[in-house]
Amino acid sequence: MERVLRLGSQKAAVIFSTSSCCMCHAIKRLFCELGVNPAIYELDEDSKGREMEKALISLLGRGPSVPAVFIGGKLIGSTDNVMSLHLSGHLIPKLKEAGAIWL
Amino acid sequence: MSGAEGNHIHASRFSDFGALEQSIGFYPEDAVDLSRNPVFNSKSSDQVVTSDPLQFSKFSKSLASPDIAPSTTSAGPQRLTTQKGQQPNLVSLASGHFENWGESKMADTSPRTDTSTDVDTDDRNQRFEGGQLVAASDSSDRSKDKTGDQKSLRRLAQNREAARKSRLRKKAYVQQLESSRLKLTQLEQELQRAHQQGIFISSSGDQAHSMSGNGALAFDMEYARWLEEHNRQVNELRAAVNSHASDNELRVIVDGVMAHYDDIFRIKSVAAKADVFHLLSGMWTTPAERCFLWLGGFRSSELLKLLVSHLEPLTEQQLVGICNLQQSSQQAEDALSQGMEALQQSLAETLASGSLGPSGSSGNMANYMAQMAVAMGKLGTLEGFLRQADNLRQQMLQQMHRILTTRQTARALLAINEYFSRLRALSSLWIARPRD
Repeated sequence: MERVLRLGSQKAAVIFSTSSCCMCHAIKRLFCELGVNPAIYELDEDSKGREMEKALISLLGRGPSVPAVFIGGKLIGSTDNVMSLHLSGHLIPKLKEAGAIWL
Repeated sequence: MSGAEGNHIHASRFSDFGALEQSIGFYPEDAVDLSRNPVFNSKSSDQVVTSDPLQFSKFSKSLASPDIAPSTTSAGPQRLTTQKGQQPNLVSLASGHFENWGESKMADTSPRTDTSTDVDTDDRNQRFEGGQLVAASDSSDRSKDKTGDQKSLRRLAQNREAARKSRLRKKAYVQQLESSRLKLTQLEQELQRAHQQGIFISSSGDQAHSMSGNGALAFDMEYARWLEEHNRQVNELRAAVNSHASDNELRVIVDGVMAHYDDIFRIKSVAAKADVFHLLSGMWTTPAERCFLWLGGFRSSELLKLLVSHLEPLTEQQLVGICNLQQSSQQAEDALSQGMEALQQSLAETLASGSLGPSGSSGNMANYMAQMAVAMGKLGTLEGFLRQADNLRQQMLQQMHRILTTRQTARALLAINEYFSRLRALSSLWIARPRD
């Protein structure tokens, strides 16, 4: 758990993912489109991946564990949270605030 | 000057009238308003015509009067009856409403017009769309242009032919529309029947059995029911908007429509668990809608693009809000699309891994089973994509509602419904089109 939280705060934008997860791919593409350069952690390529997955599920309140997005050290949530935030116009301000993108 | 100069709008039809048009400023569209034309009124003070709403008898009298500029009377068109030495009739049709009156009105004022029936009987029995304009003329000019006669006769004949063809085309088209309408009613009745049968099945049979085998059918039934209710609400909304209902009244109906939209997204998410491919295929929509289908539904960014021009007037802030909403919808849609592409790619790679040769699969059952298991897992993520796509649609509607005023949202919802109704109507017409 604390590994997840630690990694989640190390950069302005962090995405927990798995290499085979296509929804994670979608989120990565979105951030790329917005000009963000997030830190990406592939759980299936991490030795502690299993535990991190469990931690994320408990943080999110439900599966799937990935993609899980942190901005400015705070857990934003999974795909639908990110999408809703973007459509409501709050995603970009949050990213700017965290220093993940510049004007 | 019998000619084609001065052609205005219906060039070929009125070419004969060109010279006359120029000299007296007469335009076909004004046929109805002749009484307002000072030229005609001033010349007709000595005429009394009772049942002539279009004042056409005055017109013919005026033109026959020597006071009219000489150039008009030498114009070609009115030659149609001159070979009989008759006072030509005025057969003027600016629109389909006015067929026939030329002949009948003429009878009021000129005893000689009854006998000049060769061309006019023809004309009278036909229904012109954008008719023909022929002016009365001074009979003393008849002798001058015999060749002019021939030309205008031919031209008139051509015009008549064109008009006849146009009528036939119109008739065929109307027949096509009628039969399409019949088919449409038939289809609607079938749907109603199927709808009722569907309810019967799901309530009487084993629920689990009917759902699993008929996940698609069950959803189609629910969707049809949802759509019916949606249309009812939209009609209510339209009536309220047209009757200038208060904002409070509008808000109640708008909130109802929005809540009803939430219903369909909920229904779809349940149905996706049973049969995601049915939803993705769009077989529950009409063909034309299916054409524009994106991940099991409409594309929010496209819908907003269509709406923007119909939402005016918008405040600066609203315009920015809507544009941002459109842009972020687009970005989100693109991201999901790329995710879907990655899924397709990944699935293809999974199925293609190992040998595809003749002895491939049977050679190693364990590998085969493992492959299938991985592929099954990937297919399972489709439900998630559909869910996210619906989420985008739902969010778009909610954000739009937040940015716009109640009245603007009402109009937007009406516009959306109108657009999809047209798509559905197009589909019906397409299905019912005559095929040879």
